[in-house]
Parts: sequence; C-alpha cells; structure tokens
Amino acid sequence: MADIISLGGLQIASRDELGKAMEGGGCAASSCGSKAGPADMDPAVWAKVKDHPCYSEEAHHYFARMHVAVAPACNIQCNYCNRKYDCANESRPGVVSERLTPEQAARKVLAVAAEVPQLSVLGIAGPGDAAYDWRKTRATFDLVQKQLPDIKLCLSSNGLAMPDHVDEIVAMNIDHVTLTINTLDPEVGAKIYPWIFFRGKRHEGVEAATILLQRQMESLDMLVARGVLVKVNSVLIPGINDEGMLELNKVVKAKGAFLHNIMPLISDPAHGTHFGLTGQRGPSAAELKAVQDACGDGANLMRHCRQCRADAVGMLGEDRGQEFTLDKLPEVVGDDGGKRAAYRDWVTREREDRRAAADAAQAEAADVAAPPMLVAVCTKGGGRINQHFGHATEFQIYEVDASGVRFVTHRRADNYCVGGHGEGETLSEIIRTLEGVPVVLCARVGDGPRAKMAAAGIEVIDACAQDYIETAILDLYAARHRKGALTA
Amino acid sequence: MAYKIVKSQCTACGACEFECPNAAIKFKGEAYIIDPDKCTECAGQADSPQCVSVCPVPKTCVPA
Ligand code: SF4
Ligand code: SF4
Ligand code: SF4
Repeated sequence: MADIISLGGLQIASRDELGKAMEGGGCAASSCGSKAGPADMDPAVWAKVKDHPCYSEEAHHYFARMHVAVAPACNIQCNYCNRKYDCANESRPGVVSERLTPEQAARKVLAVAAEVPQLSVLGIAGPGDAAYDWRKTRATFDLVQKQLPDIKLCLSSNGLAMPDHVDEIVAMNIDHVTLTINTLDPEVGAKIYPWIFFRGKRHEGVEAATILLQRQMESLDMLVARGVLVKVNSVLIPGINDEGMLELNKVVKAKGAFLHNIMPLISDPAHGTHFGLTGQRGPSAAELKAVQDACGDGANLMRHCRQCRADAVGMLGEDRGQEFTLDKLPEVVGDDGGKRAAYRDWVTREREDRRAAADAAQAEAADVAAPPMLVAVCTKGGGRINQHFGHATEFQIYEVDASGVRFVTHRRADNYCVGGHGEGETLSEIIRTLEGVPVVLCARVGDGPRAKMAAAGIEVIDACAQDYIETAILDLYAARHRKGALTA
Repeated sequence: MAYKIVKSQCTACGACEFECPNAAIKFKGEAYIIDPDKCTECAGQADSPQCVSVCPVPKTCVPA
C-alpha cells in the first residue's frame, strides 16, 4: 500500500507531532544513491545530493521524487525498448498512463507538492528522451521552477542531443543529469541500437553507435566541466555488453560521473521489445551483483535503483501515480511550500539524531570479532523499522560487521498479507527471496508467519519496532555475539 | 504527393511532429495526422522524409 504520510489535514506544530504522524501513517521508502553521508563527501556535492532520493542513499529514506512523462519523442531506438508500451531509458516496462502537456504536468507537480511534503525532485525520464524532446522538457521545468523554486529538477537522456542544450541546462539550475551509456564499443553498440536519428538523418549499425558514443562522451565531459552532477545508467545485457562493463565503469569514473547505476535488462517477451522477442535474457541477481562487485572501486555504484516508471510519484519503491492522474487534479492548487519547509526542518534534526544513535551503537559493536551478517529490514521510510512484515513489498538488505552497517540491496517481495490474510504461496516465495539472510527486522509480525519463517531458518524479530535501522542492526549484532561468546 | 500516418501503428510519441520541416503534422484527438496540403515529402528540404526517418515504428509513416 502506498501509505506515504499525508500532511494534508495536519498542523505541523512540532517535530514531535511529525514524528508521531510518521509512526502512524508512515512513509514508504527504500534505499538509494551513494552510500556516503556528509562525512565522506565533498560539502558542495553533499549539498546537491542530500535531498535527492536517487543520489544519496540516506536521502531516500526521507525524500520523494516524481516523474512526469512530457517528452515522449526519442532520437534513437534501443533493442530493450518498445515505445508502443513504454520507454526503457529509465522506466520499468508498463504503460505510461498519461501523455501530459507541460501545462498539465506543471499542474500535477503542484498538486503532488501540496500533498506530499517529502517531494524534493522532479525528473523527466522518458518515455522518450528529455534532451531530444527539449521544448517540452524546458517548458515544463520553466513552469515548475517559477511556482516551486524549492523543487530540484533532473532529467535523463541518451546523450545524443544533450550537447546542444548543456548551456540552457546550467542556466536553468538543473544540477542532476542521468546519461544512459551502455558500452564504449561501437561494435557492441550496434547490437543494442538498431538506429539513431541525428542531424536530419537516420544512421544505422556501427556508424550510428559511433556517433552516439562520441556524443555521450561529449555530454559527460561538458556537464562535468560545468559542475552538473552526472549519474550514468547502464543496462546490463548478458553476452552483449557485460564484458565491457568494468572498463565503462572506469572511464565514466575518470571522466567525473558521480554515480554509476548498472541495471538489469528487463526482457519479458510480453513487452514486445526486440530483445524480449528474440529471447535475449536479462542477468540473474547473482550475475548483476558480480558485475557490480567487480566495479566496486569504480564510480560509486548505485545498488538500489527501482527502475521506476516514467510517471512514478512518491518515495522510491512506491508509486502513487494513480492518485494523481489528470482527472483527479484540482483545477487550482494552493501551495505555499510551508509544509515542505517544515518537513525538511524536521528531517534535518531527525538525521542528526539518527546519526548520533548509530554512532553510539557502532561503538558497542566495534570490538565484535565475528563474520559479517546479513539482515533484512521492513521499512516505510524515515530510516526506521516501521513496517509490518505482511505489508512489505520489498526487503532492504543490510550487511553488518564490526566496521559498521552497509546497505547492500533491496529484494522484492509480493505482499504477503494480501487483503488481510497471509498466503502460503507468497510466504514460500519470500523465503526464497530471503535466501542467505538469517534475520528479518520488522515492526510487527503474526505468530503464524513467524513460526513458518522460523521453520525455514529465518528469524523474524519485531522487538525493535520504530528503532533506527542502523542502531537496531548494530545492537542485534553486538548482542548476538556477546551471547555467542557466553554460551561457547 | 504526401505521406500519411498509419494510426494503428503510431505510438503518439510526437517525434515526427517536430522534425517535419513544414509543420504538416499535428496531434488531433487521439493520434498524429499529416495535413496532405502541407506535406511536400520533404522534397528539397531533406534527403529523406523526416517523419519516416525519425519514426520508431516501421511502416507507420507511409506514402498516402
Ligand atoms: S529509476 Fe528510480 S531509482 Fe532509478 S534513478 Fe530513477 S527514480 Fe531513482
Ligand atoms: S514527409 Fe516531410 S513534409 Fe511530409 S509529413 Fe513527413 S516530415 Fe513532414
Ligand atoms: S514518429 Fe511515428 S510513432 Fe511517433 S508520433 Fe510520429 S508517426 Fe507516431
């Protein structure tokens, strides 16, 4: 359920009230972005990413993004994309429900901003290419910027048209751009892109891929030189571009990309993409992780991308798009930004608190000499363990050892508690999903599922409901190993 | 001498609309259509009909 906190009817008088509201309604979230917090990041960069749910792993706990699908035209064809249904650039296959004009999009952003105080970012990320369909992208951003100057803007592009608009992008204060770059090798590119449309002509094969690659590198260099943060997305296609991924990671890092997001190819034949129809498979979770691990010391890797729809609304990992379709939008939206300002204030203090709590717990665990342990967490956001086991649609997986707690990945789970009663089928699916993870922390769990999970060797604990994630995991780890030391 | 858009194929992406040098393509109701009076088949303006070159779906912009 998309139960982001709605402050619509609330007076936010104090942080305590907000805290209570968070516990009650809760806000959904997941994990994202660079793992680095303020301590190990250049302050100028941190200032840019600290409220961006996709760029900072910490921010994803607190902030929401929305995408508007205003720029459907594209200047290249990718074999993993079928525009009859959706774009692949940055969205999960599935129909974009609405094709919006810039005016409609701006109205939608205003309505969401008034409802969702966590909103901090508006992105244009397909279907189509935001830099190619530039007039619509710019018109949308212009309208939004005038009315909501506190909302950050970002866009994603294949890079082909990007060099033509870099100056405008800088002038408009767009300080995050995502470039999709799948390979450095034009021969490989020819297997991914059947054609591109450039300067009035359709180009095919290696020639097309060569032009595209050159423009992508030019885009990256130009954006970095102007201080725009660049995230590079790559779609991992086994047998096609996987071998070059390490080299690509090195090159984009050397050129100054801030994050590299290696995403799995999605190639369901039902989506009608070329790859789907020709039986090109996507990578397994293990293959994806192996490539990501091999790139470990390259550009910061993003391990939490949700491959969201191009019209997603809300915290990462949730989509409230259906609540904000055009027919549901009020004609006139009033918004003074007050709720968002109050929310951000609250987040600032909450973050300090959370960090201090984690530091204290860290000290406890520092002298444990035990192997690292994986822990799954059910959370609706706010950095806390605040979700019912049965309501989790995904588990966030953390790894803990004496050196601290690290986010590893998220694993999807089908809602166990569909319509209020558990379903055995889903539970066995969850047990499979959680392979290798011995402990789940959640806000609550029923006796039945707890017993079944225990029988499968997975302990579900609800004793640390509402605690900060890092603190709870570190405490658990320290306690376990103290106990272990006694009984041994 | 004009092109037309096969409606059942068109994904309404709009790429053809802004590549057409003659502003012959408009979004009408549910789909894009080509105004045959404005379409020149891009003769003298580009090497090939621009709508054909940019359209992601084969056989969608075709001679009328
Ligand atoms: S697809 Fe989702 S997670 Fe990935 S960058 Fe976009 S919004 Fe962030
Ligand atoms: S052929 Fe040329 S002039 Fe005619 S509709 Fe297509 S782009 Fe426009
Ligand atoms: S480019 Fe092709 S698919 Fe896109 S709107 Fe024009 S005719 Fe339709």
